[in-house]
Amino acid sequence: MKIHEYQAKELLAKYGVPVSAGEVAFNPAEVKRIARGLSPEKKLVLKAQVHAGGRGKAGGIKIVNNPSEAEKTAESMFGMKLVTPQTGAEGKTVRRLLVTEAEEIEKEYYAGIVLDRSKNQLVYMVSKEGGVDIEKVAAEAPEKIVKEYIDRSSGVLPYQARSLAFALGLENGLFKQGVQFFLALYGAFAGEDCSLAEINPLIVTKDGSLVALDVKVNLDDNALFRHPELAQLRDYDEEDPLEVEASKHHLNYIKLNGTVGCMVNGAGLAMATMDIIKLAGAEPANFLDVGGGASAETVENGFRIILADKNVKAILINIFGGIVRCDRVAKGVVEASKKIGVKLPIVVRLAGTNAEEAALLLEESGMDFFVAHDLKEAAQNVVRAIG
Amino acid sequence: MSVLVDETTRLIVQGITGGEGSFHARQMIEYGTDVVAGVTPGKGGQYFDGKIPIYNTVAEAAETEKANASVIFVPASFAADAVMEAADAGLDLVVCITEGIPTKDMLEVYEFLSKRQTRLIGPNCPGVISPGKCKVGIMPGFIHKPGNIGVISRSGTLTYEAVNQLTQIGLGQSTCIGIGGDPVIGTSFTDALALFEKDGDTRAVVLIGEIGGSAEEEAAEFIQANMTKPVVSFISGQTAPPGRRMGHAGAIISGGKGTAAEKMIVLEKAGVTVCKSPAEIGEVTAAVLS
Repeated sequence: MKIHEYQAKELLAKYGVPVSAGEVAFNPAEVKRIARGLSPEKKLVLKAQVHAGGRGKAGGIKIVNNPSEAEKTAESMFGMKLVTPQTGAEGKTVRRLLVTEAEEIEKEYYAGIVLDRSKNQLVYMVSKEGGVDIEKVAAEAPEKIVKEYIDRSSGVLPYQARSLAFALGLENGLFKQGVQFFLALYGAFAGEDCSLAEINPLIVTKDGSLVALDVKVNLDDNALFRHPELAQLRDYDEEDPLEVEASKHHLNYIKLNGTVGCMVNGAGLAMATMDIIKLAGAEPANFLDVGGGASAETVENGFRIILADKNVKAILINIFGGIVRCDRVAKGVVEASKKIGVKLPIVVRLAGTNAEEAALLLEESGMDFFVAHDLKEAAQNVVRAIG
Repeated sequence: MSVLVDETTRLIVQGITGGEGSFHARQMIEYGTDVVAGVTPGKGGQYFDGKIPIYNTVAEAAETEKANASVIFVPASFAADAVMEAADAGLDLVVCITEGIPTKDMLEVYEFLSKRQTRLIGPNCPGVISPGKCKVGIMPGFIHKPGNIGVISRSGTLTYEAVNQLTQIGLGQSTCIGIGGDPVIGTSFTDALALFEKDGDTRAVVLIGEIGGSAEEEAAEFIQANMTKPVVSFISGQTAPPGRRMGHAGAIISGGKGTAAEKMIVLEKAGVTVCKSPAEIGEVTAAVLS
């Protein structure tokens, strides 16, 4: 699960990670109130809170001199559509601003903790090349990234934190701050079941403090059951409304830009179905995994979600009945299509247990289904149906 | 022959009294799997369906019933503990079906297992089947057929699709291994490939990958260096958008890494026959063998 920068900073601060003073605002008046409470010695930064990187270049980060100016600038920022390389062309609406003290930057570093899937270990990564795209550094100059692998049982040990601080060339007081920072960040990562933590940049200020200036934290969805308070951080405004609706029905739906809606049981088969639609010459409108069951109710909810996308011109249902019987799925498809009154062409491919009975049920339903017997035929039929 | 499971497998079902556990225990027994015990803490001394003894601990079940493998159906919050209990009881094989285990817990499991002999398959997987001999998992047994193709996959229903195509074209399977769709899993493609390379009854391997991580790239490296048997592959998610988790916790293209296109190229370079379409897995495997 993605969370906002301000939420991530609040989370990390609890573990002793140094962040700039600040607070989130939902309207310009709040911006002014928060700005008044911050240091009058420092300039202020207004940071648009959206789940996407690249905000600065898109105009989502503004520096202002005082609380009144902050309020005025905020008026133009709230409601703006922020388009960054990570938002897609439609952009994201700014609804929240982080109001924070501006720091005078001496140096910028990178620090992050990620899972190294090939080693089945977490890895700490630091680089002196901060404030830039770290993936670019990793691709072009991997020697500039220093890594420390973390044992699950021992966690980050003090010597590892020292190695990381040395790698950044931190000295004296800053070295101490660095060691504490690395231990604190890992503490937060492990304590809150994060799946990613990136501080980019981690800065040294002109007055010699280490500060996590920009923070990105993702949480492990599978661990939210033991952190109910973190589940509250989910911002539904950042998600596609159809995806939110689907998740309420325990459907795994991701909206795409094509015209062929698809409904499949199982994530791997759902992806493969999207792939074969593309190979047949059309574009998938969505990813939809309805899970193992595929009951009439599931199929009905699936139809509603798919049909809410007005780009959809035809639907492909691909169910591999293993434990679930195909005739039962077919009944569900017939019932749901009648109930909803689906007018678009529907291609159904059911394989596995009782597939023949299922095909017969569909053909005798009096409704206009295309019954396909294999994947290829299904894809070709659905592409033909959209013309 | 076959790998991992066969007629000598003596299976414990952890979570045998739960909804999923009891349903699939019956299905496995019906397939012919030798289910020798169930484990549900607090229900020791009872019998499942009047015939399978239930124990409180895996150690007790393993010792009394001379079990050598277990399959886990316990909820995600208790599953990591269940795997470690099974490993500590000295079982050779643990198959974890459970989906949704936190990554932190799996890192702990991985470290725990690295000090023991037990092999873990999964989690978040359909299990392992050696057709005609033994089924340890939730896959529909009837689509399989005994034969000489080894199947390895990160997926569930897509594996059934591939197996179905193989069976329909007349190619049986030695063993089918669902390694699981999570970022941290017990047995990798590479581990499974090594098993099939050594297995006298496996003539070719079908490897079903997907977007995310670098398991397919590591498999390609292994295949080039060590495999003498032909490998056919399909990678799902060629149309998946970057940055989105496609159902499986591990199926995500992040930072431009882990795309299907990249994996397909690397596998092809390693000598693997890569299917573009998921509909041609059976045909292509038959062509490779002829």
